[in-house]
Amino acid sequence: MTWSKTEMAKEVIQFFKPGDYVNLGIGIPSLVAEHIGAGLDIHIHSENGVLGVSGRPSQQSVSPTLINAGKETISIKDGASFFDSSLSFGMIRGGHIDFSVLGGMEVDVEGNLANWMIPGKKITGMGGAMDLVNGAKNVVVMMSHFNKSGDAKLVSSTKLPLTGKNVVDLVVTDKGIFKPNQKSFDIIKLADNVKEEDLKLP
Amino acid sequence: MSKIFKDAKEALHDIVSGSTIMSGGFGLCGIPENSINQLEKMNIQNLTVISNNIGNSGRGLVKILVQDKIKKAYCSYVGGNPDLEKRIINKSIEIELVPQGTFSERIRAAGMGVRAFYTPTGYGTIVAEGKDVKVFDRPCILEEALHADFALIKAQKADEYGNLWFKETARNFSPLMAMAAKTTIVEAEEIVPLGAIPAEDVHLPGIFVQRVYLGKDYQNDIEFLITDEGENS
Repeated sequence: MTWSKTEMAKEVIQFFKPGDYVNLGIGIPSLVAEHIGAGLDIHIHSENGVLGVSGRPSQQSVSPTLINAGKETISIKDGASFFDSSLSFGMIRGGHIDFSVLGGMEVDVEGNLANWMIPGKKITGMGGAMDLVNGAKNVVVMMSHFNKSGDAKLVSSTKLPLTGKNVVDLVVTDKGIFKPNQKSFDIIKLADNVKEEDLKLP
Repeated sequence: MSKIFKDAKEALHDIVSGSTIMSGGFGLCGIPENSINQLEKMNIQNLTVISNNIGNSGRGLVKILVQDKIKKAYCSYVGGNPDLEKRIINKSIEIELVPQGTFSERIRAAGMGVRAFYTPTGYGTIVAEGKDVKVFDRPCILEEALHADFALIKAQKADEYGNLWFKETARNFSPLMAMAAKTTIVEAEEIVPLGAIPAEDVHLPGIFVQRVYLGKDYQNDIEFLITDEGENS
């Protein structure tokens, strides 16, 4: 069995404690916002300049000037605030954000992360990822365990251009939760019926 | 003295080939739509453009990108902009990809008179190539201030002194760019009387603004419309 994206998001939420400030990246990590219940007092930061992101807006309250870093329409909760990009990244670079949750292409045993380009093929740009991985107190990567060719994305040494060096604390895949330990990955938790030998860990 | 100009044509009249231009906005949120439309009409070439996305989805600055008016671009994110990605891969544009926090801080530094700063962001990556490294609590790279001849930004409200007020997340890079450019040209959805923006609520003081004009026909495009009923885009 593997975890669905929603189950992965719920595993990530287990790391948070009330009052935490959390930045959620584009893609799978944005699902985390949708599964944080109203009862859990977490402040969601989006680097385009908002703290206190709430769920999706209603049709009536949609605003073209109220978006997250994925350029998706959002709503805010009472107690939210807006600011410019420099102050927003000051929250990140100054070490005020408790968790950065972002997507990945490769993570290696030293905690190196690659997630922004495949030379000659694809360039998304790093966006805020390089600042986030160096600034946030905890860095969690959410990604599928295997790529489209069936190779594990948890590797001994990254081959793609890096986003950050020695920055990843935890990796949540559809197979389990892993922690880079310099030689391989510690298995923190596995999805039901997943066997260690199927993980292709380095 | 009032900083109000008649329209985009008058406000942008002295932008020439070879100018360095900053353009505000995150994706399409808060972009200076009227000024970009004016750049599209102007007979200028070899621009250096500093903007987080250089437009998106065929819109915004993509209008002048596809006219090949941009010689060099500084940006942080290319995803959602296939016209730019294509030009980077086939090397028909000079590009400097800058981590977004470093990007905003380099622009802010220019406005604040800071020549350069050290940051851990980008250490050990392509971004660090050729840059001075110094170890503080951990290794950091030297990043230099980013200046421009012109900043083109959009505000929700402006007054004749150039005091600005931005709506929601439309603020993003705009106030920083206004500080970093020799000439800042603001288009506003509303031009309001002096005092209408309470002094406590001025997001950018007018000292950083040289020209203001009233924008028109705003599209205010939404890239991904998702509501509590699901995705609509």
